[in-house]
Amino acid sequence: MMESKVKIVRINEKLPISFPQNGAAGKTGSWRLYRPIVDNNKCTKCFLCELYCPGNVIETRKDGIQIELDYCKGCGICAKVCPQKAIEMVPETVEVKIA
Amino acid sequence: MVVPASCTSVVVGTSPKTSIGMPVVHVPFASAASVASGIRESLLINNKGDIHVIAWAGDGGTADIGMASLSGAAERNSDIIYIMYDNEAYMNTGIQRSSSTPVGAWTTTTPIKGKLEQKKDVAKIMIAHGVPYVATASIAYPHDFYNKLSRALKIRGFRFIQLHSPCPVGWRFDDSQTVDVAKAAVETGMWILYEYKDGKLEISNPSKYLIEHNSFKPIEEYLKIQGRFSKISEDLLKELYKERERNIEWLKKAV
Repeated sequence: MMESKVKIVRINEKLPISFPQNGAAGKTGSWRLYRPIVDNNKCTKCFLCELYCPGNVIETRKDGIQIELDYCKGCGICAKVCPQKAIEMVPETVEVKIA
Repeated sequence: MVVPASCTSVVVGTSPKTSIGMPVVHVPFASAASVASGIRESLLINNKGDIHVIAWAGDGGTADIGMASLSGAAERNSDIIYIMYDNEAYMNTGIQRSSSTPVGAWTTTTPIKGKLEQKKDVAKIMIAHGVPYVATASIAYPHDFYNKLSRALKIRGFRFIQLHSPCPVGWRFDDSQTVDVAKAAVETGMWILYEYKDGKLEISNPSKYLIEHNSFKPIEEYLKIQGRFSKISEDLLKELYKERERNIEWLKKAV
């Protein structure tokens, strides 16, 4: 077997990581058309959704995935990258009362 | 951080309500690199040399309008990090073609045949300047980008990173496919990850295996998931294959 030339380099330095906060547009979660629903029984805590989330609203905790819906815009990247298909995108619905 | 006119200046917003927790200077298109090097010089005079200055510009603000000031800053070897996020057209103003748009891509200013000219390779231009650090990165490989950025932080002098970032609106695909498209670009060889440090060029891990075994996927796999390449002609497709081969050969010689 050929020996791999790929080197694994460990770097201990830390870079700043951004978290969403209230900007000029307010809570941007209201732009969302699809809401991500996580099935925590299927989740293997591989951190891929947390890594790829463009808004950085996903947090992997011991008891499962926590998504901050105040700022989630429902792009669906987390559902696409999930290898276990544990995240489902459900259309947002709004209750309308007709008098 | 210095931001010229781009999508990022919309994301960051105006002064009292910026969405970013660090000082940001909004500048016109052409002056990102010169303003950043000026800020760096003033920090050095005021004994605040441990603060890094980052210019974050799009491909229009780098490859077209900001090229002169970028070249000047690279020649002076100003102590800044310049990150060019490359979405291959002027997406913010309505998908006009830039010099970084690849062959055959549809834009609102190349609506019939697609762009006929080659993509300008800014990373290669920066290598020709002989700056201490040049790298290409992709949003599909965040660890790779993270490592490159933290390596760049340790180096003094002009550092340049070109970040390939697909734009769902301008490239005509669904938001959720962003990571797949960026990954497909690397796997088909349309975007090759490498870094240039201390006068040596090294191909990064995601692209290394593909180049060594020549196991790139056919370019069609990258094109068919995007709407902007839906009308590409046979000749332009051949042009894309030629461009990829030229890039790979140049990299093999340079390593």
